[in-house]
Amino acid sequence: MAKQLMKGNEAVVRGAILAGCRAFFGYPITPASEIAEAASLLMPEVGGVFIQAESEVAAINMLFGAASGGVRAMTASSSPGISLMQEGVSYAAGAELPMVIVDIMRGGPGLGNIAPEQGDYYQVVKGGGHGNYKVIVLAPNSVQEMCDLTYLAFDLAEKYRTPVYVLADGFIGQMVEPVEFPEPKFPEIDKSWCVDGTAETRHNLITSIYLAPEELEQHNLRLKEKYERIKRNEVRYEAYKTEDAEVILVGYGIVSRILKSVVDIMREDGYKVGLLRPITLFPFPEEKIRELAKTASLFFVVELSTGQMVDDVKLALNGMCEVRFYGRCGGMVPSAEEIIEQVKNVFKEVEKEIEHQK
Amino acid sequence: MATTILKKPGTFYEVFTRKPDADKINTHYCPGCGHGKLHKLIAEAIEDFGIQDRVIIINPVGCSVFLYYYFDTGHIQVAHGRAPAVATGIKRVHPHSIVISYQGDGDLAAIGGNEILHAANRGEHITVFFVNNAIYGMTGGQMAPTTLPGMKTTTTPRGRDIRNEGYPLKMAELIATLDAPVYVERVALTDAKNMARARKAVRKAIQIQMENKGFAFVEALSACPTGWGMNPPDAEKWINEVMTKYFPLGVFKDISDKVEPVKFEKKVLSPEEIKKAIGVDGETLTMKKYQRNIVAEKYKNPKIKVAGFGGQGILLLGLVLAQAGMLEEYNVSWLPSYGPEMRGGTANCHVNISEFEIASPLVSIPTALIVMNRPSLEKFEPTVKSGGLIIYDNSLIDIEPSRKDVEVIPVPATKIADDIGSTKVANMVMLGAYIGYTGILTKESVFDALDIVVKRKELNELNRRAIEAGIEYVM
Ligand SMILES: Cc1ncc(C[n+]2csc(CCOP(=O)(O)OP(=O)(O)O)c2C)c(N)n1
Ligand code: SF4
Repeated sequence: MAKQLMKGNEAVVRGAILAGCRAFFGYPITPASEIAEAASLLMPEVGGVFIQAESEVAAINMLFGAASGGVRAMTASSSPGISLMQEGVSYAAGAELPMVIVDIMRGGPGLGNIAPEQGDYYQVVKGGGHGNYKVIVLAPNSVQEMCDLTYLAFDLAEKYRTPVYVLADGFIGQMVEPVEFPEPKFPEIDKSWCVDGTAETRHNLITSIYLAPEELEQHNLRLKEKYERIKRNEVRYEAYKTEDAEVILVGYGIVSRILKSVVDIMREDGYKVGLLRPITLFPFPEEKIRELAKTASLFFVVELSTGQMVDDVKLALNGMCEVRFYGRCGGMVPSAEEIIEQVKNVFKEVEKEIEHQK
Repeated sequence: MATTILKKPGTFYEVFTRKPDADKINTHYCPGCGHGKLHKLIAEAIEDFGIQDRVIIINPVGCSVFLYYYFDTGHIQVAHGRAPAVATGIKRVHPHSIVISYQGDGDLAAIGGNEILHAANRGEHITVFFVNNAIYGMTGGQMAPTTLPGMKTTTTPRGRDIRNEGYPLKMAELIATLDAPVYVERVALTDAKNMARARKAVRKAIQIQMENKGFAFVEALSACPTGWGMNPPDAEKWINEVMTKYFPLGVFKDISDKVEPVKFEKKVLSPEEIKKAIGVDGETLTMKKYQRNIVAEKYKNPKIKVAGFGGQGILLLGLVLAQAGMLEEYNVSWLPSYGPEMRGGTANCHVNISEFEIASPLVSIPTALIVMNRPSLEKFEPTVKSGGLIIYDNSLIDIEPSRKDVEVIPVPATKIADDIGSTKVANMVMLGAYIGYTGILTKESVFDALDIVVKRKELNELNRRAIEAGIEYVM
């Protein structure tokens, strides 16, 4: 199929419907509202459900209900709305419900502003709700990936019976680029665990309660084992010109696009610089980072935040390699040129260090 | 402390195997607790109606959190207060199911006040049983929104003071004021007469859902002997004599005879129909091959910034460029400055048209600046790449760019647009001037792009004239 020009937020809904999603529950918030708007237009056309909920709290719980029915369902919001949903996400993780949540991040804390930011990394990747749980987090960096990763999110959610986030920033949501759409899917309801008002599922129970401490511990360990499986099987990343790179740039979402330009421009000037873009934020590409640390001398992390993902880079490296951070926030977005200046300084230091060691 | 339910209805499990303690025969409720009584009425109704397989019960947070110990039906256990939202979700995706949302007064009237109000107001096809025992049973007897004035609880040790805690919420009355609910009644789980009325209400509320008529709500005044510090007979007496004064029994709304049943139909589409319904069937795509212009090296792979006032069609100008670029099989991207800037203030967008993969869609150093107001010219002129191009509307901008290392093309776009009939198409004059001067895109692809991007096609006649006028001006 040929490509079509489309906005990121609109590609999300189409990717979802093609994946077989037939229910959307949401509450308007800039810069994610186009997702709800597109869903309100398209869901009824394909026999699906759209409800504008009374709040994000209600939206995530409607999603909890639909997901309990074994149906592919989703919500979308932006940072303050995601904060409100955290209760429901914790319950869904505990009850092991597959669902897809799209977060088009904006500036915080508090009402902040509606400009693009990446300040939700902690609350999404580290689990903003209570309890020992993890969620799969996919980070698109193009309109094509807004579609493709949403499409994939439903499969992963079902495969592992877990909430899956698509975590993007305002820019990726608002951007227009060509997209090629995948073929529609018709997933079957898995009656082994869901409740759908039939005899087959009558004995099923969706719950996050495990009253006895021994049982709850076992449940938590089972979840942990699941997260370990996810870590083994689902790591996704893009490595760009990293083979001989001395400095590895690390960034996700819109930042990774800017960093790619940085790599291209600096390579022309002879700098050995590469880019690692995590596509899954959980599971995080720890192995790949450690592998790169064997040949690179420094990791340079760039985020639209005051430094959140950088923690995971440091944890992965555990002191193996030096890590530097450069961030802008509040809606300020660094230009390639601004980053190049920073990276060039780093190269000077690295060279001095090498000189010194000789 | 446990009550045995005499003669279990078939909807109850014979043995409560989900119950973790050794006693699998008795419920976990205290003696004299109203929950057990209501459970039994619901279980009997489900059995009599023969709908057990279809029933999904939403288990709340409160003493009735363990409904799933007892009812042999589908269950969803949910967060405190959220039962009506969860019920909405499951009912909407499985309309043939019978969804029963069961909630206490803390759950429904306090923390879940918003969810119940809106589920009722949407007229969700669910049945809500609301247990009003004027107290928080599960957490040990704290005040509920329905606690009576003067009543002592662990958080109103001096008695509920309406000046500090406000008045008890009358939920049945409140819900009955809404347009959508079909049936709202308050009953009391006390003596035989009241139990008979409660039994009828429970059955009716379920039947309304079976008949696809809409939202039904039954509030049940219910004893909490433990929380109230009373023995079971005194507790029932207190409901009849004191509680019903504040919470009168009766039907507050019943339009079940008047409402039309809803027909739930499942729409099943083929892959082709789905693609068509969401506009990805390729219908909108032209299979036409476009001939590219031969473009001078310095104008190739432009990084374009388009800037001006909101309302000048700045974003559209950029979008048409990107769309035309795509038709000519270039890589393209379009990125708006979004938010309040779009509403009345300045607007700008970043457009890339490239033979190569586009890394950053952000244009921080444009090779082409198309600018339609003075603040934008002042802001972005310094950012233009040396050797780049500035096209500006000199009928609106009363200063000249001062850069000597860039090409500067003044175009009186607004004036030209006025001359051909509408100030609104000044953006298209600018677009025409840009493609005419650089040759980056052909008129053919731009005209076709217009038809894809602009929804009101009747405007394109004028748009095309404006583009042509722009091209002519720079030729
Ligand atoms: C978010 C949240 N806040 C508080 C609680 C603690 N809690 C459990 S049950 C309950 C009150 C239940 O009272 P009610 O709904 O009247 O039911 P009852 O136990 O009286 O049947 C509270 C406050 C909780 N589980 N979750
Ligand atoms: S505490 Fe009250 S509501 Fe809870 S089981 Fe006992 S009597 Fe019933």
